[in-house]
Amino acid sequence: MKNKLTIRREWLLLAIIVVIALAVGARAPVFLTWRNGMDIANDSAILAILVMGQMLVLLTRGIDLSVASNLALTGMACALVGKAFPEVNIVVLIIMALAVGALLGSINGWLITGFNLPPIVVTLGTLSAYRGAIFVASKGAWISDQDIHVAIKGLPREVWLGLPALVWFALVVLALSAVFLNLRKAGREIYALGGNPHAATYVGIRVPQRLRLVYTLSGALAGLAGLLWVGRYSIAYTELAAGYELTVIAACVIGGVSIGGGVGSVLGAALGVLFIGVVNGALPVIQVSPFWQQAISGAVILISVAVYARSERRAGGQILER
Amino acid sequence: MSDVLLSLSGVHKSYGATRALRGVDLELRAGEVLALVGENGAGKSTLVKMLTGVVPMDEGAITLNGAPQRFRNAQDSQAAGILAVHQETVMFEELSVAENIFVGRHLMRGPFVNWPAMNAQAQTVLSNIGARFTATTLVKDLSLAERHLVEIARALSQKALVVILDEPTAALSQAEIRDFYGIVRKLRDQGVGVIFITHKFDEIFAVADRYLVLRDGTAVGNGLIADATEQELVRLMAGREIDQIYPHIDSVPGAEVLTVKKLSHPTEFNDLHFNLHRGEILGFYGLVGSGRSEAMLAIMGLNPEATGEFTVLGRKLDAKRPGDAIAAGIAYVPEERQRQGGILSFSVQDNISLAGLSRFATGPWLSAMKESALCQRMTERLRIKTQSPHTLLSGLSGGNQQKVVIAKWLGLDPRIVILDEPTKGIDLGAKQAVYQLIAEMVKEGLAVILISSELPEVMNLAHRVIVMRRGLQVAEFAKADIQAEAIVAAASGLDGSSDHAHAVAEGVAA
Repeated sequence: MKNKLTIRREWLLLAIIVVIALAVGARAPVFLTWRNGMDIANDSAILAILVMGQMLVLLTRGIDLSVASNLALTGMACALVGKAFPEVNIVVLIIMALAVGALLGSINGWLITGFNLPPIVVTLGTLSAYRGAIFVASKGAWISDQDIHVAIKGLPREVWLGLPALVWFALVVLALSAVFLNLRKAGREIYALGGNPHAATYVGIRVPQRLRLVYTLSGALAGLAGLLWVGRYSIAYTELAAGYELTVIAACVIGGVSIGGGVGSVLGAALGVLFIGVVNGALPVIQVSPFWQQAISGAVILISVAVYARSERRAGGQILER
Repeated sequence: MSDVLLSLSGVHKSYGATRALRGVDLELRAGEVLALVGENGAGKSTLVKMLTGVVPMDEGAITLNGAPQRFRNAQDSQAAGILAVHQETVMFEELSVAENIFVGRHLMRGPFVNWPAMNAQAQTVLSNIGARFTATTLVKDLSLAERHLVEIARALSQKALVVILDEPTAALSQAEIRDFYGIVRKLRDQGVGVIFITHKFDEIFAVADRYLVLRDGTAVGNGLIADATEQELVRLMAGREIDQIYPHIDSVPGAEVLTVKKLSHPTEFNDLHFNLHRGEILGFYGLVGSGRSEAMLAIMGLNPEATGEFTVLGRKLDAKRPGDAIAAGIAYVPEERQRQGGILSFSVQDNISLAGLSRFATGPWLSAMKESALCQRMTERLRIKTQSPHTLLSGLSGGNQQKVVIAKWLGLDPRIVILDEPTKGIDLGAKQAVYQLIAEMVKEGLAVILISSELPEVMNLAHRVIVMRRGLQVAEFAKADIQAEAIVAAASGLDGSSDHAHAVAEGVAA
């Protein structure tokens, strides 16, 4: 159920990604190697997982600013548990990460539906609160490489069927999201209530339940991302991934997920992630300073949103007979 | 007659201080069409919202097939078999037609949505009602009339005991309305109880078996349609005779103040020509969505793709921004009061002074005294009922909100006032006050364009009526030869103008 515009938009985005990759590859052939491709994929995997959660929230006209704090808090919790119980199993840790993340996410959902508060205010509050909780839990100390549980460190370095484990995690999350949004009743209702919340009530969609669901799912995915992040970088500390929620939202917006709700696809959002991955991977290769990288990423977001707004501009209703 | 299918007794509902329903009783039998009639604000919509579980009732009882019902939300009411086709289209623009029909009750195969079955079933329902678009079309690509068909398909695709049709024909052409009557009769023959809400009398007499009249939240009369006359229903609805509602307009149109030539837009309207005189009320009649408001927005400089020539008081107007049109002496009071007109979270005074704040300047500061003087003058002149100038607009009744919005524009001393559906959604008392106000405006020499979908309004107030249909100006009547049938025929495309209009439209397309 995609309209012409999003299909065109997704192809356009893919074409831009290919052009950038080829152009950078022409100057620095190392960019187009399998190894570099896997580096970009690994870097993008955690972002992709977070973007799927954020997209669910954006589809309902909401926003989840607390994802990076949730990621860091859950990551810290996993690291502390791994440090305290050396015999803990990785499966237990994954389940724990999902559960802690879901719990933190569901708090957002309850605050938003229970008190009828704007999502941006609630998640801005939990952004700070969760970040503060990390400091309380860790007493401000870093958990560095030697104290990170070996199973946590090992997971992102696994390679299954030629692909890194992180990429597998991302692919599974993407596939489940696509099934959820296109084939599950709850997923379709999320599109409906984001497109027209007023009408959703009329057709009997239970809006508060759906909202709690999306914030819980976003939280669970942030928790999973937290475990993977701590494993990949082998460190947990209070400022872990601080500000990363903005990259997540940027990827959604570049991928065509509307901040206004009701519009967005898994494919588009995944391409948004790939775009950020390729740009961030390419800029150092062509020796652009990290400070310029941020400015360039920001400019790209503004351009992409402006282009989208232009194409969406109301051309007037069709009143005259065609 | 069969047994009572649905009954309401002693239903009460208040919104804050507004008592929307005060003890309404209603009975509906299986296989009958009950016309629910009443002026805007009589409580029809509130009644529908209660039956569909969207708002809870304060007091009273609903029984369906003898069993008492308590609807906590829309799902409860749907599950019980009560379905509504709403007046405001309840649509999901970004979703397909099929999904709009099945939203909230998607067809499933195991844990997954069954798209093929949903599309197929939707297509069957659509072809049954003669829709000419496919189930996979996105709703945002449909016209207003086509969207109504989707709503009707939604109601038909469900096993319904009671179907509520809330002004379903407002945007349909005459041919579509006749198809629609067929659908209503089909529902009735299947033993469904139909509640038909409308304020068009021809429709009541064409399809309804019984009627129930609401006025100010109470049921003031009911009976068989066969025993009723139009005059009787009007008297019940209004509680007074028609000629008491409309003021006598005795102003004589003077010099020309506005000329509009070749007003066109790529998709919305084409080649409109009209003029307006001092002290004249020019009515614009047409179905909802016929392009009237869009054309007026073009005059105000709010419709960037429109082209045309405007002359205001002998001077060319090239409005790029509303400020230009306002400076030229035109005021536009928009249709959607809450969205385009007033700011609900502002006080009455702040709303009234908003359109021209520079008038209240004393040096770099705004003078509260000047603002309050204007507010007081306007409150008295328009007889706005408000506790104080500092009451929030949201605390006023619909009619008084509308007066505040009009006051804001009159405060600018315009020469031309465009009123877009000024009495939409306000009660009869407030309507009367708005009519009185219009009469006073033209008496003072203002020129008024009155856009209205209510025929009695344009017939009783306007000096001339221009009829629009599908973006074209199809007919013009002077007060002396205004006839209801001719206006309706022109607006819905049943008169000779239809062929002409087609020819013009094809010319545009080519």
